[in-house]
Amino acid sequence: MNTLLLALRSLRNRLTTAMLTIGVIAISVTLLLGVEKMRTAAREGFADTVSGVDLIVGARSGQLNLLLYAVFRVGDATANVSWQSYQKIARHPDVEWTIPISLGDSHRGFRVVGTTGQYFEHYRFAGERKLVFAAGRPFTELYDAVIGADVAQQLGYKADSKIIIAHGLGNVSFAQHEDKPFTVVGVLERTGTPIDRTVHVGLQAITAIHIDWQSGIQAPPGGRVSAEEARARDLTPESITAFMVGMRSKVMTFTMQRAINEYRPEPLLAIIPGVALTQLWNLVGIADTALMIVAAFVVLAGLLGMLTAILTSLNERRREMAILRSVGARPRHVFTLLVAEAGMLASAGVAAGVAICYGLIFATRPLLERRFGIFLDPSGLTGYDLAILGTVIVSALLIGVVPAWRAYRNTLSDGLTIRV
Amino acid sequence: MIDSTSAPAILARDLLYAWPGKAPVIDIEQFSVARGERVLLRGPSGSGKSTLLGLLGGVLTPARGEVSLLGAEISALSASARDRFRGEHLGFIFQMFNLIPYLSVLENVILPADFSPARTVHVGGNLQAEGRRLLAALGLGVSDLLSRPVTELSIGQQQRVAAARALLGNPEIIVADEPTSSLDHDAREDFLQLLMSECRTQGSTLLFVSHDTSLGHLFDRVVSLGDLNRAGRASAHPGQAA
Repeated sequence: MNTLLLALRSLRNRLTTAMLTIGVIAISVTLLLGVEKMRTAAREGFADTVSGVDLIVGARSGQLNLLLYAVFRVGDATANVSWQSYQKIARHPDVEWTIPISLGDSHRGFRVVGTTGQYFEHYRFAGERKLVFAAGRPFTELYDAVIGADVAQQLGYKADSKIIIAHGLGNVSFAQHEDKPFTVVGVLERTGTPIDRTVHVGLQAITAIHIDWQSGIQAPPGGRVSAEEARARDLTPESITAFMVGMRSKVMTFTMQRAINEYRPEPLLAIIPGVALTQLWNLVGIADTALMIVAAFVVLAGLLGMLTAILTSLNERRREMAILRSVGARPRHVFTLLVAEAGMLASAGVAAGVAICYGLIFATRPLLERRFGIFLDPSGLTGYDLAILGTVIVSALLIGVVPAWRAYRNTLSDGLTIRV
Repeated sequence: MIDSTSAPAILARDLLYAWPGKAPVIDIEQFSVARGERVLLRGPSGSGKSTLLGLLGGVLTPARGEVSLLGAEISALSASARDRFRGEHLGFIFQMFNLIPYLSVLENVILPADFSPARTVHVGGNLQAEGRRLLAALGLGVSDLLSRPVTELSIGQQQRVAAARALLGNPEIIVADEPTSSLDHDAREDFLQLLMSECRTQGSTLLFVSHDTSLGHLFDRVVSLGDLNRAGRASAHPGQAA
């Protein structure tokens, strides 16, 4: 029987303490690994908010500002992009498609986006995922609307529900476009992105509902244009808030970005979504680093619990050590015995922690995807995960040196004397 | 290294030992045990027995003098060489709590084989069979005993398991430190008879430490540690030797 087997038998003799120690380490490892998995999922989910879009173009402001209002529906545009500039860029031979976005109105706290059918065709998120209709179809009529999953769920809308769009972004707005009600014609599947909280209408519809408005106030009753009358008008917008660009060749993206940023007739800004998303994540990602640090401290607490358990056992095991010495065990055997013990406790704890973590991932995955749009990756441990787990075990071995050193010293001073 | 012919099993010469900062507890001019001899070393607790056994077992190094076992001067060896020497050539039996609680009876008996290749080689073939043979020779032949946790054995049975372990692989010297003091009189005689006969079979030297004078007739020679140890006589600090 070698020293490792001896350590294992000794642990089995103290099963309750050993199991508790393993349990504490397992829970702490579950937390650590869970935080890491969630963190990766959140980061990837964040970076995947929009994909397949090469450039986002808006009036010149800041990179993050443009990203926030164009993609996350947060904040406001400071200025618009003129329809002429948009048309000029959209018709550029290197541009394959564009998705215009017109913001500024809302419906019961959810933002309304005026866009075109291109939106449903070209918008991608989470890699290659397309927008899918849970019910209905894209808008075709002027007063059609397509709503995101959250909008449908929270407000209880289905296809054919009638909705009134409010002027401005306030949750409670007194200025309603009540003379031009919309019909919900489509409900989108959940995406885990801000699209879930968006009401989509046609670009012309945005023009139509504002046709008799000036400076944020609707014209007095005499000068109003009815919903039906509006259909006959030219509903080409004068300006849009922003637009997304898909290039024919990715290689041209930077050239186009520079061209747009240097566009003379109007101050415009073109951003590459991936770059801007990474920049934004660096801002909001601090929270998950903090969470990771907390989890690391919990693991440290678990390992200190193990240290306490082993140190406590040492005194009652002095006899065991003396017996081992009498049959020829060297102090280094005693040292190895205790370090091995720490290593075994930690390894068992890590293994149990990984098992619990994956169990939880599989158990909660449907819920997380449905409710929060977090797509956890259930595939194996990444190299980084393994490095984290390895660090836990190595730390345990290092911590195990403390009781091992104590026992080593005891062994030298006790010799063969068996203290009762 | 080992003079296998003429050197005494145990030889201590001019031996002095003191715990750090204290008066000497061991001061022995000469003490020797011949090969195959069975010696009772008699001494009350506090006479420096434990310290002497530590010196003979090579876990303590004397301040002065020499300890030679089987012709090898172990007091001149490195600590790890002494550990190896002890594992190979000495078998110990203690007063009580001799067994590792989480190992089975048989595993306890064959434990020395883990740390001493020489003793493993000496056993030759099957370690477990040799363990069973020794247990049977010491009156523990009942097979259901072997699978029981050692903590369920009586003290007398535990001491026999310890004796079997000390004898495994035929070490030249058996050191027994009050192994019978927690046994009643009949069990004591029984145990001693079995130990003696097994030592005789294996040709082992036995150094038996006890305060019990009534056992003297069973040994070749009785030595009083009080007479041997000048430190014990001169000093008024017997407590230090414990």
